[in-house]
Amino acid sequence: MALRKIDRFRWELPKTGRMNVPGMIYATAAMVRGSDQKEPLKQVANVATLPGILKASLAMPDMHWGYGFPIGGVAAFDWHSGVVSPGGVGYDINCGVRLASTQLTEEEVRPQLETLVNTLFRNIPTGVGARGPLKLSTQEEMQVLREGSRWCLRHGYADDEDVEHTEDGGCLPDADPKLLSDRAMERGKKQLGTLGSGNHFLEVAAVDTVFDPKVAAVFGLREGQVTVMLHCGSRGLGYQVCDDFLAMMNKQVRHLGIDLPDRQLVCAPLESETGQDYLRAMACAANYAWANRQVLLHRAREVFQRVFGIGPRDLGMRLIYDVCHNIAKKEEHLVEGKRRMVCVHRKGATRSFAPGHPAICKTYRSAGQPVIIPGDMGRASYVLVGTEKAMEETFGSTCHGAGRRLSRKAAKRASKGRAIHRELEDKGILVRWTGRGTLAEEMPEAYKDVSEVVNVVHGAGISRKVARLRPMCVIKG
Amino acid sequence: MGKPYQVIDHTADIGLHVFGADSAELFRNAARALTDVITDHRSVVATESLNLTITGLDWPDLLVNWLRELLYLWSGKELLVESVEIEQISAHRIVATAFVESYQSERHRIHNEIKAVTYHQIDVSKSLTGWQAKIILDV
Repeated sequence: MALRKIDRFRWELPKTGRMNVPGMIYATAAMVRGSDQKEPLKQVANVATLPGILKASLAMPDMHWGYGFPIGGVAAFDWHSGVVSPGGVGYDINCGVRLASTQLTEEEVRPQLETLVNTLFRNIPTGVGARGPLKLSTQEEMQVLREGSRWCLRHGYADDEDVEHTEDGGCLPDADPKLLSDRAMERGKKQLGTLGSGNHFLEVAAVDTVFDPKVAAVFGLREGQVTVMLHCGSRGLGYQVCDDFLAMMNKQVRHLGIDLPDRQLVCAPLESETGQDYLRAMACAANYAWANRQVLLHRAREVFQRVFGIGPRDLGMRLIYDVCHNIAKKEEHLVEGKRRMVCVHRKGATRSFAPGHPAICKTYRSAGQPVIIPGDMGRASYVLVGTEKAMEETFGSTCHGAGRRLSRKAAKRASKGRAIHRELEDKGILVRWTGRGTLAEEMPEAYKDVSEVVNVVHGAGISRKVARLRPMCVIKG
Repeated sequence: MGKPYQVIDHTADIGLHVFGADSAELFRNAARALTDVITDHRSVVATESLNLTITGLDWPDLLVNWLRELLYLWSGKELLVESVEIEQISAHRIVATAFVESYQSERHRIHNEIKAVTYHQIDVSKSLTGWQAKIILDV
């Protein structure tokens, strides 16, 4: 597929065939030339064929081959004529990241690092089928699904600031647990407060560089400070919600006259009963994911207090922000000069709202929304801030991470005969993990360099660099 | 008959290329492939059997629904599938028995967490040499 260069960081995939809008890819020349770009570009074009899509089918620089939508894809649909697609959100509904700062410095943590990583690993349930510390009754589970982080606040797992510093206050409205299947409910009962497997992790890192001291001060970040990052989602409950609605929509889509280039793109009109039901069920899973990350943060606070023998005040583990990166949201955006209500699908993409946006909590509103970008285990992660340019160009969206470069199989091949954990240890990074193949599949080289990805979104202006974090220890599933 | 299935490289996920002399063998091998992605089928010793009736709009939809159901046995009930016996099969319906064992953490090694069986690039086809299917699992 031939791309047309717009500027250093933007490439247009011209509208051809059944595409309703062009594609727009944020990347460097080297990135778009990659041999791994053929399939995801086809997916960008496929998304552009869906009814009611506005402006462009967008792809962020961490784009890679997904199923249906590319990972790193953003697409907004007109609320009246458009569709919602469960595949455009993904199975792990509200998979996301949160970053918390502490009052501890790298010098204070370094001598205890081994104890810290071991204690975190023992106390945070990780891996396939891990069970959480809580066994929910159906009644309690329904409350979690309706309330998200607010349920945690009521049960002593959160403070007011945690809720305030979470996208949407950690609770999407209109969640209706009655729309969830028995299977989804069953899967949700045992997994609250579990990290899961694959690319999910908890990482302790030090602030390595501050690029924007003014914004960093607003977010409460300074060089040498120790932070905690969590990456996980809605676990089996979310996968089941997505799967149930894909199955249901697949039966219905034939009668809607929507001709799909890929069955995984199955969708329903936003204003239809099925479309609305999906959004209400998705909201349940999104709330579950926020509650999950909040319970895990609570656990991390307990571990830090124990390991360093300090109280909550001295530890000062403050949630900086929590962002989702697999979600569909009802938002108002300016499209061709007119304010329109749209449904923004972000699949492996992060909201990046500009300073002054009313959806940003008061503490950060003047600075812009914090954007948390995790990298791989060996290199770096970033804190960015949302911009006006993102509002103008990408429906207030930016990248979500490094993006995979190698398949799991290729990563295993590349790691043969090597001790990945030793290599990381030599760099001062301690790792603990559960799954046999996890470390090989998740090794740094399996990912693109997050700094290159971040330089694109910074260069294109759809978010700006605030600080860089350097990993110290990581636990994985 | 050669290999019942192959694992195909896919950047974010796991792809399966499954073969069979007829549709029943294809679906049986697909079940085997799924078990092997989760664990090693040789470590599973069935202790109970379950009757399954699955429907679909066409062959690809039926295959997705079939694997979906088998995956749920694991993710929802912690049952691992040793083998399946297919009693009836058409493009719209499959009646089968699954021979399963409850997960035992000391004996069963779990290789991958499969989030779901996707419709992405799903393909089921019949040729002179037999049946084949391509399917992508989200891991």
